[in-house]
Amino acid sequence: MKPLEDRIATQVKNLPRSGIRDFFELVLGRDDVISLGVGEPDFSAPWHIREAAIFSLEKGHTSYTSNLGLLSLREEISKYVTEQFDVTYDPKSEILITVGVSEALDLACRALLNPGDEVIYHEPCYVSYNPSIALAYGVAVPVETKVEDEFVLKAEDVEAKISDKTRLLLLNFPTNPTGAVEPIEELEKIAKLAVKHDLIVISDEIYSELLYGDDSGMVRGEHTSIASLPGMKERTILLHGFSKAFAMTGFRLGYSCAPPVLTEAMMKIHQYSMLCAPIMSQHAAIEALKNGAEEMESMRVAYAHRRNLMLKRFEEMGVPCFAPGGAFYLFPDIRKFGLSSKEFATQLLEEENVAVVPGTAFGNAGEGCVRACYATAYDKLEVALDRIEAFVGRLKN
Amino acid sequence: MKALLELLQKEARLSTSQMADRLGKTEAEIEAALQSLTSDGAILGFHAVIDSDKVGDHRVSALIEVKLTPEREGGFDRLATRIAKFDQVSNCSLMSGGYDLSVIVEGDDLREVARFVSEKLSTLDGVVSTATHFRLKVYKQNGFQAFDQPEDERLPVTP
Repeated sequence: MKPLEDRIATQVKNLPRSGIRDFFELVLGRDDVISLGVGEPDFSAPWHIREAAIFSLEKGHTSYTSNLGLLSLREEISKYVTEQFDVTYDPKSEILITVGVSEALDLACRALLNPGDEVIYHEPCYVSYNPSIALAYGVAVPVETKVEDEFVLKAEDVEAKISDKTRLLLLNFPTNPTGAVEPIEELEKIAKLAVKHDLIVISDEIYSELLYGDDSGMVRGEHTSIASLPGMKERTILLHGFSKAFAMTGFRLGYSCAPPVLTEAMMKIHQYSMLCAPIMSQHAAIEALKNGAEEMESMRVAYAHRRNLMLKRFEEMGVPCFAPGGAFYLFPDIRKFGLSSKEFATQLLEEENVAVVPGTAFGNAGEGCVRACYATAYDKLEVALDRIEAFVGRLKN
Repeated sequence: MKALLELLQKEARLSTSQMADRLGKTEAEIEAALQSLTSDGAILGFHAVIDSDKVGDHRVSALIEVKLTPEREGGFDRLATRIAKFDQVSNCSLMSGGYDLSVIVEGDDLREVARFVSEKLSTLDGVVSTATHFRLKVYKQNGFQAFDQPEDERLPVTP
């Protein structure tokens, strides 16, 4: 028998090991670690949403739903997206409920890529972009964004990477891991590029509610979706979900909004793989959209409190860190300490029991920075910051 | 101001500098805001929310529904204020519905509360009737849940 390693498909074998996973293993088994390494809210989903899921089970809703998802949920999503993103989708033909945004991204890549097609995206970025493209036999073409530019994606840098093989442009604003928000002028230029070069845009807007509009972050910022810009709705796949703003990561529920032809193509794959998203999660999501606005805002305000603390403390301890407009991450610049991201994160963990994620886990462009997530209880953050301060104090001397 | 009030309702014991950190303000701004809220009487006071079972406090508490005869000109105000002034009364509100005043009374034991109701409350001119309900167990008070919260179950590092 051939060794089992040789049975693994080439594109799977070629996937690099996840930097997150490496670091996860370092953290496991250590006691008293304060982790700023998570990528999800520390809140449980609001009680009324959990209660809706319980009620769904109690009523005996344990069957499949339509492949597209419950129509009542798609109708609520259509209303919500119109309000939040200023672009309207037909719930019957343009909205597909998926198992998290990750599934929707995978579907979009598989539905749209032929082998060798190129996908342009910006790094540092969410860890699954590159693998999703590779598994769909596409070619990943990262565009580097820089800490000096506060990780703004420049249209000119995108244009420089466009070739006759480019099919897709994959965007994520606000960005995980940097928290960066794209300035509207630049977003407009990118939209024009997409039209000019006839590209389809996949826009992952999972953090779009978590925006900090003023210096103190107390005012929620305005979100602009690229889908709402002129000429863009017909070429954009808008991805969104419930994980971040409603603190529903474990419900595994996302959705895509796209023209009927694209939705149909994605649904074709979805119906043979996932079939449908879990019905109790779908019922919980209806409750979230109908009655979740107030608690979402109070969670956002809690994140703003923590963001203020983190920014102030990093400034006081002399760690350069730009004030990102969204998400719940800071991406401080640690280059002045003369360590690589991985060395910094590993030593911080070993010496002070604080976990941050090396920027390189999010692509090479993340070198020189680490991701510190502030979705953690305030008093724990205070302790973590004291420990970081002690650590960088030693590095400086 | 709204953000400050929301913060105070959850965590009133923060120092002004901690409040300033959270709200992205200076300490002086927070102190000025607190000063004006207090002098306006907008903040009535601060207190700890205590789970009395945990500290072995066996005092009793009762909710008393009180029906009153409203007075010409004053309505319920004169009588309600008079009732609210008793030290035994911790909360006193005018209600819509089947009775007029909702009064929460605290006492060392059942007898003390009973005596307060029979001797002080129901003998007041204008009090038509009372119905006393003793508290048996607390699940939530002033927005705080009186049962153990689950631990953080998140994996330490996730994308």
